[in-house]
Amino acid sequence: MEEKNKKVELKTSAMKMDRRDVLKSLATVPIIGAFGYGMYKKNKYYETLNSKLLEELDFDIKEQAGLNVPTDKKIRIGVVGCGGRSTYLMRSLGFANPDYIDNQIERAKTDKGWQERLENFIDQDDMGVEITAICDVFDIHAEDAIKAGQNIYRQGSKGKMGKAPKRYRTYQELVRADDVDAIIIGTPDHHHSPIAIEAAKRGKHVYCEKPLSWTVDETYQVRQAVVDSGIVFQLGHQNRQTDSYHVAKSIIEKGALGKISLIETCTNRNTPNGAWVYPIHPKANPNNIDWKQFIGPAPWHDFNLERFFRWRCWWDYSTGLSGDLFTHEYDAMNQILDLGIPSSAMASGGVYFFKDGRTVPDVLNMAFEFADRDLSLLYTATLASQYERPRLIMGHDATMKVSNTLEIVADADSTKYSDKIKSGLIDPGKPIFTYVPGKNKVDAVTTATEKYFAGRGLLYTHRNGKQVDTAHLHLREWLDCVRLDNGTQPSCDIHQGFEEAMTAHMGTVSFKEGRRAYWDSEKEKIV
Amino acid sequence: MTKSSDKSLKTPQLLALVLCRVLIGWHFLYEGFIKVLNPEWSAKIFLLDSQGPFKSWFLWMANNEGVLQTVDFLNQWGLVLIGASLILGLFSRVATLAGALVLALFYLSHPPLIGVEYMLPSEGSYLIVNKNLIEMSFLIVLALIPTSQYIGLDRLIFRSRRK
Repeated sequence: MEEKNKKVELKTSAMKMDRRDVLKSLATVPIIGAFGYGMYKKNKYYETLNSKLLEELDFDIKEQAGLNVPTDKKIRIGVVGCGGRSTYLMRSLGFANPDYIDNQIERAKTDKGWQERLENFIDQDDMGVEITAICDVFDIHAEDAIKAGQNIYRQGSKGKMGKAPKRYRTYQELVRADDVDAIIIGTPDHHHSPIAIEAAKRGKHVYCEKPLSWTVDETYQVRQAVVDSGIVFQLGHQNRQTDSYHVAKSIIEKGALGKISLIETCTNRNTPNGAWVYPIHPKANPNNIDWKQFIGPAPWHDFNLERFFRWRCWWDYSTGLSGDLFTHEYDAMNQILDLGIPSSAMASGGVYFFKDGRTVPDVLNMAFEFADRDLSLLYTATLASQYERPRLIMGHDATMKVSNTLEIVADADSTKYSDKIKSGLIDPGKPIFTYVPGKNKVDAVTTATEKYFAGRGLLYTHRNGKQVDTAHLHLREWLDCVRLDNGTQPSCDIHQGFEEAMTAHMGTVSFKEGRRAYWDSEKEKIV
Repeated sequence: MTKSSDKSLKTPQLLALVLCRVLIGWHFLYEGFIKVLNPEWSAKIFLLDSQGPFKSWFLWMANNEGVLQTVDFLNQWGLVLIGASLILGLFSRVATLAGALVLALFYLSHPPLIGVEYMLPSEGSYLIVNKNLIEMSFLIVLALIPTSQYIGLDRLIFRSRRK
């Protein structure tokens, strides 16, 4: 009975929606309001901070657009020198050796990353080119390049192939061919200029790997030949296409860093491959290598496989660290800051680690002065430690760290930012600005997580899902100019190339002669 | 709530649990909204950084565009809904279980195991147990000892069901 009464009581109380019920039901609702208010305040805070900082930094972002000329007109290409670099460039044009594709397909079966890479290659824009000619002094490399050149459908070895490019024994014959409109030079350094000059004389457009020249004299000759012929010339500094460099340029032009007095660049590697100790092809021998042609303008040396495959280790064929790796750093800075040729260069270093008979140093330090700009550029390199050092542009008001991403940190004793630092708006210990390519907006304030990933270049690759191949863009720019046919030259034209080569030569002259090398800008001579 | 009943919670116990529920809800809600408000946010980077025994499964999610889109959507709006639901005490049982599941997934993709390192350093020091695991276990407690039928909108549903 009592039980029954209790149940009834419960039931009636349940039916009644009394004041207590309503209060208890809604007790936590105000927390949502508090949350909303907090959220609004926090967003507003960062928005204001961001806009104030960006207002202070006052720049607009000029990202690369590309000329994007329609590719309906076929351009017929000859490739001179078909080693590692040209193989890469041919892939950037859309031509891969079928064996390479087979290998990729095999790897893609178990690895998503490789699958993505393969898909990226297959989906890569059609450049509207045809590889009609190949020239290499090593038969196996030439045959591989022919296979790549005829793989027009980007298939594996069982796939359908197109017409095979013709092999020429010498570059002189190749540049004379009627079915070649333009050439790619991917030979050792000592052949770059002679081939470019020969091609220019025949009116063939040139994409030449860096550095522009092997000797100082060639540098003038190749510039003359290219200018006289009016061909479209692109030097292979594909970093010209890096988005962050373009943004860095526009930010610096707005004065975000203040007076720049020092630039620090470097190269750090620590592997035999990084130190140019490349594998020697097991089937290479004097019968399948045209050794005499390989030597070309270099001093004579008897047949030597190490010299053939690891030519970068000898001054006889190479321009060393200065021509091979410093030129990338210099060209990046020349692109961002329009440096031109330095007024002087001082270099030191030596063969300190790779005691393998090489003549080019594996440690090189160079200091370049730009007297008219009141600034120094330092380059330090070692092939025997890969401890990573940032590339820095140091100004009185702020310092910029330049890679695929950008980061600006204000200087604690900056004049420009002193008010903002005093008011606490700018913390000189933290970046005031970061740029991550692929993000369509600029942030002065990004989250710690984003900064962390951005600093490691991760957002770029992963956010767009596709890795952008700068060599592809660089070749595209060259081909666009060829198609425009109105005198437009690509971003790394012969004049930029001249500055690049002369600067590198100044460093080498200083190193070899153990003295400071000067640039006489009136006579355009190294003295 | 009958004060004398052994099975019922005492008021301070109930209030402490409600406090936990609201704070965890707040955390979920903010984590969700911050993702919703950032148009470029994606779980991809986090997933790609996965380690531990389920690594390959999380990598598969990251590399599969369709799956990733679903994961992103659930991470954004799922967290918002769980958070709001915990704070308001509405459908709290489902929310606590869903929240525990989400946290279990976060934990499994980034377990703080010995010798395992992540791109993004954690904000504290952990060995096997981390904050995700602790928050998850709290949500299990909240699922087993429901509070929303006493304090929260579930009280209204609970009452009307008993009619």
